[in-house]
Amino acid sequence: MNRNVLEFERPIMELEQKIEEMRKYADSLDISNEINKLEKKVNELRSSVYKNLTRWQIVQIARHPERPYSLDYIYLMTNNFIEMHGDRNFKDDKAVVGGFAYLDEKPVMIIGQQKGRDTKSNIYRNFGMMNPDGYRKALRLMKLAEKFNRPVITLIDTPGANPGIDAEERGQAEAIARNIQEMTRLKVPIIVCIIGEGASGGAFGIGVGDKVLMLEYCWYSVISPESCSSILFRSWEYKEQAAEALKLTAPDLIEHKIIDRIIEEPEGGAHRNHKEAAASLKQAILEELKSLEKIDPDKFLDLRIKKYGSMGYWEG
Amino acid sequence: MAWFKRTKENITTDSQDKKDIGEGMWIKCPNCGEMMHKTQWENNLFVCIKCDHHFRIGSKEYFDIVFDKGTFKEFDKKVTSVDVLEFADTKKYSDRIVETTKKTGLYDCIRNGTGKIFEIPAVVSCMDFTFIGGSMGAVLGEKIARAVNKAVKTKSPYIIISKSGGARMQEAAIALMQLAKTSAMLAKLAEYKLPYISVITDPTTGGSSASFSMLGDVNIAEPEALIGFAGPRVIKQATGKDLPPGFQRSDFVLEHGFLDLVVHRKDLKEKLFYLIKFMKD
Repeated sequence: MNRNVLEFERPIMELEQKIEEMRKYADSLDISNEINKLEKKVNELRSSVYKNLTRWQIVQIARHPERPYSLDYIYLMTNNFIEMHGDRNFKDDKAVVGGFAYLDEKPVMIIGQQKGRDTKSNIYRNFGMMNPDGYRKALRLMKLAEKFNRPVITLIDTPGANPGIDAEERGQAEAIARNIQEMTRLKVPIIVCIIGEGASGGAFGIGVGDKVLMLEYCWYSVISPESCSSILFRSWEYKEQAAEALKLTAPDLIEHKIIDRIIEEPEGGAHRNHKEAAASLKQAILEELKSLEKIDPDKFLDLRIKKYGSMGYWEG
Repeated sequence: MAWFKRTKENITTDSQDKKDIGEGMWIKCPNCGEMMHKTQWENNLFVCIKCDHHFRIGSKEYFDIVFDKGTFKEFDKKVTSVDVLEFADTKKYSDRIVETTKKTGLYDCIRNGTGKIFEIPAVVSCMDFTFIGGSMGAVLGEKIARAVNKAVKTKSPYIIISKSGGARMQEAAIALMQLAKTSAMLAKLAEYKLPYISVITDPTTGGSSASFSMLGDVNIAEPEALIGFAGPRVIKQATGKDLPPGFQRSDFVLEHGFLDLVVHRKDLKEKLFYLIKFMKD
């Protein structure tokens, strides 16, 4: 059995496997009725499980090791992708990838946080945790896009900015602060897509945009549920409770206008069908780009600043 | 030989009596152990008279230190937070706010004021660590936005004195968005060619350092202040490595190129004055 199956996925997977096995005998035996029945059952089960996911379960799907990552989306959505490297200061941070690409006929700069699939590639990608050099690389690419008037697409999928000694030495805080400020005034449209985990400043360092899209089973907040639990509940045990309290899912965030659009995932989550997930995301990006292009270039910067200026609630 | 033989008991004080004498009048330096009289300590701007340890102080003290006497005027004092997420950990967030306000007399972790620094009018926002660890939420974002607008309107320089543990978890993603709001407002200030000086005090980490605190035209820190993105405990836990001596302290951050100056509290006002004078006069 596949070890990458989440606990709540298991009953669904078991039924699916049973159907697979029965199909093998379908030629010699007439069991199509049974198969149909089981298929109906599995569909019902799947939709009831996925309709009633807890916030913590959504966090688990967002971290699913078979979920499509930035490069998967880039290869599935774009063509002629030319990856660019380095921040021109210190190094090439492998936790973030980016470069020129075409979405259909549309030239864009696409930048995404990249996780690895196994231990080796995770070490190479630093688990998708960017260093200051990564934020500076991303900013360099955004400035390049601005220079040639190309829209910027960013893909967010990170457990956080790298908490390391060298990261602090090279100014992790300054790098993120600079990116956020520059993104509030970058003179080309920016579309941000949350495709997995969106952890705090580490995510937001490439996360300011005119439109923020979020796939259905992702999380985005100021802190991970585990860290929140350890700080506020003084134990790692309360991650489920913390996830509920943080209201970190797409429907929660759209309510407070932190994101603009939720993108439906294939049944069972994006990890069950990379192609379909990428097609939905591409479609949404193209639509958003089209509507942004209609806005007077002098105006969308004001709109972006106004949008972030109005976020939050206060009295007095 | 009897002349140096002790004939009387030593003078001893019962430890219980000791505690009662001058309670609250003496301050012990947590760094070097020096005992100081409270007045002496206050006159020294809450800095140890022996080792220069800068004690953590609040906005009231900083406004007294940087502004000319009698010129400070607070504005937008009662902006308060609204708990739309109905956040609860061990306590309800809305209760926590009310309790903290009762205990500290503050409405949130930042206060805005106008005043004069050696006759030059300035707008200053100053944070209070005693208000939920100086954590930044929507109120902080809004108050910095209003302070920037005030600075633009009065053509004044702007100063933020930071002291913060980071974004306020109880406001979740809304707190995170304040990084963009504050940074965008500071970009607006820059368009008007008005100086922004960031004064970083102990401690300044997380969301604050990843936005307004690091974006000064000039970044100043008090000596020995903890300044960083991730906290030292988190880094130690994540890397399993011992942290180098002085890690994330002012001199370390200066040495790595993210501060312009480390300034003793007694020189702070004068330094601010000269910096503003250079940039704006």
